[in-house]
Amino acid sequence: MDIARQDKRVMLLTGDLGFKVLTPFAATFPDQFLNVGVAEQNMTGVATGLALEGKIVFTYSIGNFPTLRCLEQIRNDVCYHNANVKIVCIGGGFCYGPLGISHHATEDLAIMRVLPQMQVMAPGDLTETRLVTRMAYETHGPCYLRLGRGGEPDIHLKPIHFSWGQGIPLFPQGDVALLSTGGILINAVRAREMLENQGISASLHSLPFLQPLDMGLLEELARTSRLVVTIEEHSIIGGLGGAVAEVLAEFLGPKAPLVRLGLREGFSCEVGDQEYLREIYGLSPGAIVRRVKEVLSIIQPEAKNNGVSD
Amino acid sequence: MDTRQLALKIRRHAILMTNRGRSSHIGSILSMADIMAVLYGQVLRKRPDNPNWPERDRFILSKGHAGAGVYAALAETGYFPVDWLPRHCAQGSKLCGHVSHIGIPGVELSTGSLGHGLSVGAGMAYAGKLDKKDYRVFVLLGDGECDEGSNWEAILFAAHHRLANLIAIVDYNKIQSLGPVAETLELEPFADKWLSFGWRVREVDGHDHDQLAASLDIRSEIGSSPFCVIAHTIKGKGVSFMENTVLWHYRSPQAEEFEAALREVEDPIIA
Repeated sequence: MDIARQDKRVMLLTGDLGFKVLTPFAATFPDQFLNVGVAEQNMTGVATGLALEGKIVFTYSIGNFPTLRCLEQIRNDVCYHNANVKIVCIGGGFCYGPLGISHHATEDLAIMRVLPQMQVMAPGDLTETRLVTRMAYETHGPCYLRLGRGGEPDIHLKPIHFSWGQGIPLFPQGDVALLSTGGILINAVRAREMLENQGISASLHSLPFLQPLDMGLLEELARTSRLVVTIEEHSIIGGLGGAVAEVLAEFLGPKAPLVRLGLREGFSCEVGDQEYLREIYGLSPGAIVRRVKEVLSIIQPEAKNNGVSD
Repeated sequence: MDTRQLALKIRRHAILMTNRGRSSHIGSILSMADIMAVLYGQVLRKRPDNPNWPERDRFILSKGHAGAGVYAALAETGYFPVDWLPRHCAQGSKLCGHVSHIGIPGVELSTGSLGHGLSVGAGMAYAGKLDKKDYRVFVLLGDGECDEGSNWEAILFAAHHRLANLIAIVDYNKIQSLGPVAETLELEPFADKWLSFGWRVREVDGHDHDQLAASLDIRSEIGSSPFCVIAHTIKGKGVSFMENTVLWHYRSPQAEEFEAALREVEDPIIA
């Protein structure tokens, strides 16, 4: 709202979703708001046309609708023209748990990340969301913002500072490096606490940016940790886990092994709320801890031979 | 500028370009050559030496496979040198088969996948209306392209928002990629469809320059509906053996066919 008040170039387009959430915006800035109807392809094309005429356009919808439904418009229209369009997804991961797989956004990060020009953001809480939204507004070109559903707990209780593409250290030191992207951060925080209570020291970074990725941070953690663990409410293919695997595979120095936590295979077709599905798919704090300990028990004896420092 | 002369030049360039580039879609380019000539020779408000002039009319080729026709029209009206054209589809060239804006002055939008142009054009028209600019947005679509559902989303949108500054032109040559439109996915009653979606419609002979100019060079009253010109055309128009055939959607003119095609669009000025 602050951004739209200060900058009349900003426009918000919705594909007929955002009941109540968008009402204040629509009422306050009627000339900057447009409900295009249930038509995401047209929404994205119109957003491109507006952006090419100098507008800064946010497209808004839930789950896979603002991305997969109109993927080619994003690729050919938004990205190829480097149009100033910010795609906002509400309900990343299992937010809409009981509604079924149509509403589970579990491949969106992978698909957006592979598009040229696209900058990809999945903030971990409201504080991160505020900051990356402003950064996306201030940075020309296509951005994807993958958000939760609202009402998630605040994790950063003190002001945080990070720049474009940087990871955020919540706990910078530890043997096991936990990396989290998006709203699953709360479970990463809890898992880390459980690990510490069981005598396993763990660092934790939130990575609100998947593109650009904080390469320096990843290489440092790979060099100095026993184990790197990625945590995301998303397929382990192509998202945070995939991105980190790509970086570490090309990293030439000695490096810690990698564990990717997320949706492993098949559709998330179990029925239940977000917490239930996180548990089922190995993303509850307890499940994260179990998996980390399991892998540590396998790699620990070889740690020194791999050149990983204590 | 003499639009008939320009149409002939566009046809001749297109035959040369698709021959040298060994590229397809000559039938689609010949089909729309007169529309392009009337737009670029007469209708569009433009400044070729300042392609981003804010007051210009916008033109989007949504049937991007006919890109050579846009390149030819732009070159002949001074956006870039005509001697770029023979490099169409050549290794390292900027002129790719489906129209692309990168490095090409005057191309508003890159297309190639069908059903994209009208939405983007509607966005430009919406911005123009919002900002009280008086530029017009012209979008040229193919008939086969109208199979794409995204067009009908845009058609709904433009009528709902009364985008009077948006003009859709359909190059209705009745032949799509694999066969006749009527046998593939019938569009008729085509004009009625646009009308029922809330557009104003005019049907014209898409090779009659006077009819094209009279229907395209309009400036609608603010608040009226968007405008659709259904241009009845002949695929391959101007080269007798290419006319009304499916074959020349994909075939590149080579050897004797190339020579014969060129003879039919003789123009002493650019020969």
